[in-house]
Amino acid sequence: MNSSAPMLRVRGLSRSFGGLRAVDRLDLEVGRGEIVGLLGPNGSGKTTAMNLISGALVPDAGVVEFDGEPVQGLPAFKLARKGIARSFQLVRVPCELSCLENVISGLAFGPRGIWGEAARTRARGHLARVGLADKADVPAGELTYIDQKRLELARALALQPKLLLLDEWLAGLNPTELQEGIALVREIRDSGLSILMVEHVMDAIRALCTRCVVMSAGWVIAQGQTAEVLAHPDVLAAYLGGAAHA
Amino acid sequence: MKLPQKKSLLLVWGMLAAAALLPVLSSNDYYLGLGINLSQYVLMATAWAVFSGPTRYVSLASVAFYGIGAYAVAVVGDALPLPVVFLIAVAAGSLLALLVGLATLRLSGTYFVIFTFGLAELVRQLFTWYEVNITKTVGRYIFLEVTPRQIYWELLALLALLFALSWWIQRSRLGLALRVIGEDEMVARHIGIDVTRSKLVLFVVSSAFITLTGAIMAPRWTYIDPAISFNAVISFQVVIMALLGGAGSLFGPVAGAIPLSLLFEFLSARFPNHFSILLGAAFMVIVYFVPNGVAAALSAWWRRRGKAAA
Amino acid sequence: MQLIVELLLFGLTLGGLYAMVAMGLTLQYGVARIMHLAYGEWLIAAAFGAYAAFTYWQVNPLITLALSLPVGFAVNWLVYQVLLSPLVRRTQAGPALEVDSLLATFGLLFVVQGVMVVLFGGSYHSYNFAAEAVNIGGALIARNRLIMFGLTVLAGLSIYLFLSRTRAGAAVRAVATAPGNAPLVGIDVRKVSAITFAVGGALVAAGGVLASMFLTFSASMGVIFTMKALIVIIMGGVGNMLGAVVAGLLLGMAETLVARLVDPGLTLAVNYLLFLSVLLWRPAGLFGRPVR
Repeated sequence: MNSSAPMLRVRGLSRSFGGLRAVDRLDLEVGRGEIVGLLGPNGSGKTTAMNLISGALVPDAGVVEFDGEPVQGLPAFKLARKGIARSFQLVRVPCELSCLENVISGLAFGPRGIWGEAARTRARGHLARVGLADKADVPAGELTYIDQKRLELARALALQPKLLLLDEWLAGLNPTELQEGIALVREIRDSGLSILMVEHVMDAIRALCTRCVVMSAGWVIAQGQTAEVLAHPDVLAAYLGGAAHA
Repeated sequence: MKLPQKKSLLLVWGMLAAAALLPVLSSNDYYLGLGINLSQYVLMATAWAVFSGPTRYVSLASVAFYGIGAYAVAVVGDALPLPVVFLIAVAAGSLLALLVGLATLRLSGTYFVIFTFGLAELVRQLFTWYEVNITKTVGRYIFLEVTPRQIYWELLALLALLFALSWWIQRSRLGLALRVIGEDEMVARHIGIDVTRSKLVLFVVSSAFITLTGAIMAPRWTYIDPAISFNAVISFQVVIMALLGGAGSLFGPVAGAIPLSLLFEFLSARFPNHFSILLGAAFMVIVYFVPNGVAAALSAWWRRRGKAAA
Repeated sequence: MQLIVELLLFGLTLGGLYAMVAMGLTLQYGVARIMHLAYGEWLIAAAFGAYAAFTYWQVNPLITLALSLPVGFAVNWLVYQVLLSPLVRRTQAGPALEVDSLLATFGLLFVVQGVMVVLFGGSYHSYNFAAEAVNIGGALIARNRLIMFGLTVLAGLSIYLFLSRTRAGAAVRAVATAPGNAPLVGIDVRKVSAITFAVGGALVAAGGVLASMFLTFSASMGVIFTMKALIVIIMGGVGNMLGAVVAGLLLGMAETLVARLVDPGLTLAVNYLLFLSVLLWRPAGLFGRPVR
């Protein structure tokens, strides 16, 4: 793969549901080792965009290039094996499986297909990284919400992805947890991953994202360096409604 | 689905070994016949649940496979040695399962149910058409030298194999995939699981065992024709038994198949004309009052007792 | 030329029957969300009703037809209230309802079929009514088929007008497309579902009486009709009335062509072939959206 190509390049991505254009000609890029924020008010199409990129939905039009390779329309499991991992807006961790089993499921079906004792060892490593080492045998359904989010992240990391899609992973955290979460995301990026994160939490966006893409009603209203985008009048108007004063 | 412990498997194998002693201990043909009937239904109910339990795709086509197995024996049984005949039967059943699975398993369970609903009828009509127009014989005789004892032991051996295979699958990667699929298919897809392929493998395995059951039972029929071997009542009974015992656990269907086989034996002998009505009524009762099956209901009860004691 | 007209007439009239039967099931499955596997049994039951009335009491099938509507409505309404609402309540009308209702109606299938076998035996029955041939464009077709086609068109139009022009019809459409949201605008989903289910029952009963006029039937044929109705509504897109009608006509045409030109023993195979094509190319139906 061409190592100067961005990790993710999306061109003209569109998807409608019946008469509603949920995503309308979306263009965005995530460079290698970059953290890009995907912002916008509720209903702007961010999660649909995530679903299109992760393979949960098929686009009506447009191109998705991952690591230089066109992948639009491929089913999610193939994208997972190629190196795209994600978290979900409402955390999804199979409740009957233990934390260890949850992470092992991330290891077992990925590109390297690790199983058995090796999988168990690695899984413990991933759990330790997110701070869940002591809860390995606890069923996921018994964890607190925050711990379930951490577990979901550990499982995503177990896939050894090149691109991580985070859907409001830092939402609902108290200040301490938020700082820990931000540090963890930064550490993950430093270890070589590229990240596209849907986020509402401004502190997190300013701390982590080098660039931002802002959506409203399905299409992009602003794109660029974080500070500029967040001060953009259209962006403020989209969030606050109507003319806004900076 | 809860992982069965190794000791459960060994216990069940022990019980099968004990059951195998029946023809040695008693020369009463009636009991042997009963044992054969029970075994075939335990086999089919368990095989049915192997697929329909974890995936929650309801297959109404069990008799399509059973009939193909029986017909394979009827058609080539006198020309080839029995093991080869069984292989042919399994191949035919697996092929059909593959076709059905490829067409429907990537879609929601609804399509699968509808497809399997009429499948036995379709296979029956195709066999009838073939026999009427091509081979010009409707109905075949099976004159194979297979004793009831042999059939009984073959069934028990197949059952032991099924339990072992199913136990092994649950502990394998496929088993983990199925558990994730069963809880959250969206997650399964995003961690690299080929959901359709997992379901397909399971469906082919399940159908192969049902086909082989039909093949093993064939010599007992002596005469079969499409109407006899593709009798929808069999599909129906298999589903009820698995649901009553609990399709979510490996040994659940056994708990459903044994009492129901006995009940249905009794009912079809006492009320031959009203059997269908009683069967349907029994089914509705089970669906209403035991939604997850006896085994799950029992384990829920057990868990509650455990919690109360703790 | 005459053959073409004949095939067209036979195909369309048979298709008309399938369309009517499919419309009823569309209401039951698309609106009330019930996978009614015993559906075809009611058709056969109505057919036997018409047969018995005509053969034993010389009642004109058209009278039986008129009676079949309220009777079919009442019976299916009872089925919904007594048998199915406990399941609706238990599953809160979620996806589990489909599985539960399918299992329950699967049991009901055997009960109804069993009763018919006890009453009428397993052999084939038919009777002669309005069977005189009518000449259309050189082709001969039985008058009863034409009656049936005419009534199907009438039924289709009435349903179409009801659904598109009346408030009640809008409520039905609302429940079909967005059952979660319908209560927000004051629609009693349970009542709409029950009544719609019952109307579906009226349609299938009428279909049964009409079918009995020109088809030979037996107590065990219910499954085949259920199957065909299911295939038609999948082909047309679940919940899509127009789709059900078009797909029904298509199926009738395809079956007639195969029966006349290839082999009458392969009609169910034709059904499955069409079903397979839909599954492989457009699972959401000819008029539906892609699945993912």
